[in-house]
Amino acid sequence: MKHDGPDSDIVISSRVRLARNLRRHPFPMLATSSQSEEVMKQLIEIGKSDQLAQVGKFETIVLSDLNELERRVLVEKHLISPNLANDSRGGAVILSDNESVSIMINEEDHLRIQCLYPGFQVQEAWGLAGRIDNIFEEKAEYAFDEKFGYLTTCPTNVGTGIRASVMMHLPALVLTQQINRILSAITQVGLAVRGQYGEGSEALGNLFQISNQITLGQSETEIIDNLYGVAKQIIEHERAARSRLLTESRLKVEDRIKRSYGILKYAAIMDSKEASQRLSDVRLGVDLGLLQEVTPTVMNELMVMTQPGFLQQTFKEKMNPETRDVRRAELIRKQLRGQTEFGGA
Amino acid sequence: MICQECGKRPATLHFTKIVNGEKTEFHICEACAREKGESLPGAPNGFSIHSLLSGLLDFEPAGAAGGGVKPKAARCDECGLTYAQFSKIGRFGCSSCYKHFADHLDPLLKRVHGNTVHVGKIPKRYGGQIQYKREIEQLRRDMQGRIEREEFESAALIRDRIRELEKKISDL
Ligand SMILES: [Zn+2]
Ligand SMILES: [Zn+2]
Repeated sequence: MKHDGPDSDIVISSRVRLARNLRRHPFPMLATSSQSEEVMKQLIEIGKSDQLAQVGKFETIVLSDLNELERRVLVEKHLISPNLANDSRGGAVILSDNESVSIMINEEDHLRIQCLYPGFQVQEAWGLAGRIDNIFEEKAEYAFDEKFGYLTTCPTNVGTGIRASVMMHLPALVLTQQINRILSAITQVGLAVRGQYGEGSEALGNLFQISNQITLGQSETEIIDNLYGVAKQIIEHERAARSRLLTESRLKVEDRIKRSYGILKYAAIMDSKEASQRLSDVRLGVDLGLLQEVTPTVMNELMVMTQPGFLQQTFKEKMNPETRDVRRAELIRKQLRGQTEFGGA
Repeated sequence: MICQECGKRPATLHFTKIVNGEKTEFHICEACAREKGESLPGAPNGFSIHSLLSGLLDFEPAGAAGGGVKPKAARCDECGLTYAQFSKIGRFGCSSCYKHFADHLDPLLKRVHGNTVHVGKIPKRYGGQIQYKREIEQLRRDMQGRIEREEFESAALIRDRIRELEKKISDL
């Protein structure tokens, strides 16, 4: 994914996912292989329709045709869920060529339409997901109930079936120790926060995903507007914290960022925890204009490419964790020195 | 409130489980729920969202005692899933499960979403019918009020309008 889109110094990506099922077919959990195949065929057929071709150029991948590593790479690029990668009975994914749309078949639900946009574009993501939903809805008979709305396998998705989220990079709020107060305020307005936590309470890479928790009893627009409004406020808090860091402790911040840059550029062993923290520092340095040597796009690519599955694919070998840490350091070094000949990211 | 699993992060998932009148509360954070969820389904010490949900489901809803089908005995005749099984795994087997378990779902949905009725998008192919049904409900309440106030003439007009809409539904 390219580093662009509005507010992309703070919001890495915006995502909307819709969960849908077909009437008169058991949900994937209880479906037999042949029932799953039938659902897959029907949905893949719709995926080949002219209407969908107007939205973009799509490619259909049947998951049983991929090996384990190829599936894992799709997971790390956030194109399919770990769920679909692990249990791929009748599983398939319809991907747009720019990888912004991923339509998963036979995940927990028959159909999951996912739109991923760079930067802060949650409304745009919902617009596109809704448009694709209309195409499938016209050709397939969805499981829908007057009272409960769109019927899903899990009761936490019923109603709108919508899960909207923004992935935010919030290093300044973490550094200034305001993050916990803000996160607990967020959960009180019906939103959930997901961070990847290491030991202690510090989030790895200072990345936080904010998403709606409620899918029933609110309209799609209310859900999207609520998430948008809250995310907008967090962006402002993070900006304020960043400018305060610059005015009050510029030298300290600059030192931290440049040390991380130096370590990433020269280290011989780099575990994933340290990598995500150092990459977060450097990314902040780029966004604050304290580091000119690196582009934001390179940072985005590194965040994805240093994941285990990606590393394995790049180096085309099976790796134990020790080798992986060495390879990770090697990849980061080369990438930061401007040799961007890795992978297909 | 702090997560009772890790004791560090704020809890975002709050559940109350009532078994034989005894109330147990869970407060955990999303991260812990995720983490514990990996080992599921069916893990003995599982603590995933689904097992939490099933904890919620594992009680007789208030008011169920006074006759009617015991929820445990309810069964989806489409996919064969019983309410007891649904309670364990916290997932539905097919879209008909919602119909067969409908009487028992409101307390669960209320806890998870704070609401029990969908107000969002309606698929086009169902849209017309649902609009008409909502209008009919509204008209019936209106008609009832008029009958109570002995405004029979205008009540009759409303009755005719209801019949019109019912015919439209059957023609769809
Ligand atoms: Zn916790
Ligand atoms: Zn069923």
